[in-house]
Amino acid sequence: MTAAVPSEHFPVGLDTLKPGTRARVSAIDWDGLEAGEAARLQHFGFDEGVTVEPLHLGPFGRDPIAIRVGRMTVAVRRRHAGAIRVIPIPR
Amino acid sequence: MNPLPLVAVAGSPNAGKSALFNALTGARQKVGNYPGVTVERHSGRLVLGDGRPVELVDLPGAYSLEPASPDEAVTRDVLLGQQKGERQPDALIIVVDASNLDNHLRFALQLIELGLPTILALNMVDLAKRDGLELSAERLSHELGVAVIDTVAVRRRGVAELQQALDDLLSAPLCGVHEHVKSDLVHLQRRAREIATAAVIRETPVRRWTHRLDAVLLHPVVGPVILFAIMFLMFQAVFTWSEVPKTWIESGVAWLGGAVSQALPAGLLRSLVVDGAIAGVGAVITFLPQILILFFFILLLEGTGYMVRAAFLMDRLMHAVGLSGRAFIPLLSSFACAVPGIMATRTIEDPKDRLTTILVAPLMTCSARLPVYTLIIAAFIPNQRLAWGVGLQGLVMFCLYICGIVGALLAAFVIRRGVLKGGGGGFMMELPKYQWPLLKDVALGLLTRTEIFLKRAGTIILGTTVVLWALASIPQAGPGEKQSEVSIAGHIADGIEVGVKPIGFNHDIALALLPAMAAREVAVAAIATVYSIDSADDGKGAKTLENRLNHSWPLPTALAFLAWFVFAPQCISTIAVTRRETNGWKWPLVMVSYLFVLAYAAAGLTYWTAVALGL
Repeated sequence: MTAAVPSEHFPVGLDTLKPGTRARVSAIDWDGLEAGEAARLQHFGFDEGVTVEPLHLGPFGRDPIAIRVGRMTVAVRRRHAGAIRVIPIPR
Repeated sequence: MNPLPLVAVAGSPNAGKSALFNALTGARQKVGNYPGVTVERHSGRLVLGDGRPVELVDLPGAYSLEPASPDEAVTRDVLLGQQKGERQPDALIIVVDASNLDNHLRFALQLIELGLPTILALNMVDLAKRDGLELSAERLSHELGVAVIDTVAVRRRGVAELQQALDDLLSAPLCGVHEHVKSDLVHLQRRAREIATAAVIRETPVRRWTHRLDAVLLHPVVGPVILFAIMFLMFQAVFTWSEVPKTWIESGVAWLGGAVSQALPAGLLRSLVVDGAIAGVGAVITFLPQILILFFFILLLEGTGYMVRAAFLMDRLMHAVGLSGRAFIPLLSSFACAVPGIMATRTIEDPKDRLTTILVAPLMTCSARLPVYTLIIAAFIPNQRLAWGVGLQGLVMFCLYICGIVGALLAAFVIRRGVLKGGGGGFMMELPKYQWPLLKDVALGLLTRTEIFLKRAGTIILGTTVVLWALASIPQAGPGEKQSEVSIAGHIADGIEVGVKPIGFNHDIALALLPAMAAREVAVAAIATVYSIDSADDGKGAKTLENRLNHSWPLPTALAFLAWFVFAPQCISTIAVTRRETNGWKWPLVMVSYLFVLAYAAAGLTYWTAVALGL
């Protein structure tokens, strides 16, 4: 089945991905984040072009989200994950 | 005299920096504080092959020189020579996790740019290998322009080579520091990725242990169940495992009291030593096993990497009352003692989140309250069995813990909507690889706790019990008078009693409240001292403290006393650490007043309800 959404061209929020879906970061809305939060995301290695993959969702309200970025796993809240726009990589 | 060469150990969090520092310095460590900030300074001494001593300082873990927390600010300031109370390091050991080079090399590159003589420790190469990753230290050294040594800090592998490299480094003439050139973070990150890729010899994809474990431990249903089971096991252990050593300590104290009684002639001195010092401090030291068991679990959970997972699981719930998952760790530690709990809030980046956590931490039932709970419960709650494995006494204890937790959550909710409104704190944490902590490190941690506790028992608690003994013994009661009423303490307590009578507190409790300011557990020591002094008069010294209380306190009073201690504001150490951590008297005052109001109201409500019910 082919999905109606051509995901190759329309970035979505990282918070909308199902665990196990790999995606490439297309843009990060740095201005929508507080300075300290933006710095942390940078420290974790979030950057345009990087491959990310949500691994686990928190048990309550599916928040926070554990995301693999590079070789490490980090936890961020859904709200912050939403600032990271990604293009899913088809399997 | 020239100061010793200062070598700083720096690296990103979870690089195994402290383990390497431990391996290099052994137990010869000093823990202090940087002046003006609440960041611990760990330093130690290392003797090089030729006998030259070097001072090693373990800098707080940082992701970059652009700080996002007070810890990271200290790291930057020390490295740039701008930190008060610290000279600029002469050389640098950078620690990176071999299996997380893409990330850790960014900070390493930033550090190398500083121009200090530098060695890079490629740490945890064994875990990288387990994950199918093989790296070339040579290629890495070539790319970075500094010496690179493979290490496995927890197994002391590569430590000798590292020392040798340090020796070589310090033997070369030390050159001055270059001007700090600042490359931007994004650029450094991309360069780090390139170098990390270039250093890889071989990579075989394997299913990593950490991922397998996380699939279970972070599972939306199984995860919380396991977390709850671990918490349950922990509290069970605190009560059951401690029983045997506790009886040993108790009989030891009793033996010591008896021996001293025989050795000293009857009189004031014997009373001071036996009734004051031995009875008072002895009553408190019996809780050492429980405190150690609790700390053992906390150190284990931290060392394995599970604590962060617990924070992950709890974050959403904590968020609902305005806290972050990060507050879970400090609050959990506060079950042992609010002082380390409050100190652990340093990892919370958002200032309002942090302050709220500090303010509610004393509501978590700390181990110092255990002596009080245990005594009152043993005296007043019948040892009845409600169901298999569930006793009434245990149930009451459990309820007291729950009261504390619920109280803390409600208080956080109110504080976040009142005095500390606004600012949605974030939750951003690295989930480190699982690893089995070195038993030696856990033992070292426990040893420090024991020392702190015994020092407290030896100084504050001994001091207050002796003062209390003096106040309670002078002047001596005449025939037909009760010692606890005619003494100086008795008169002070008369004053306090007026204030606490409406909530059902009697003269003994009024007497115990004042010294309990020093430390909550002193309340027990105080009551023990008072009854031990009074009992010298009536000649029926064989009665246990529980027995005595049961006969002299009405049940509503005992329940009100328990309720008071759920919220009990008193504990000088907590107040002092809050002052230190918040840099002023404002917040400790806020904390003490709101806890005092809560404690008074809770005790009052309990008392009036119990009286109305005819208990």
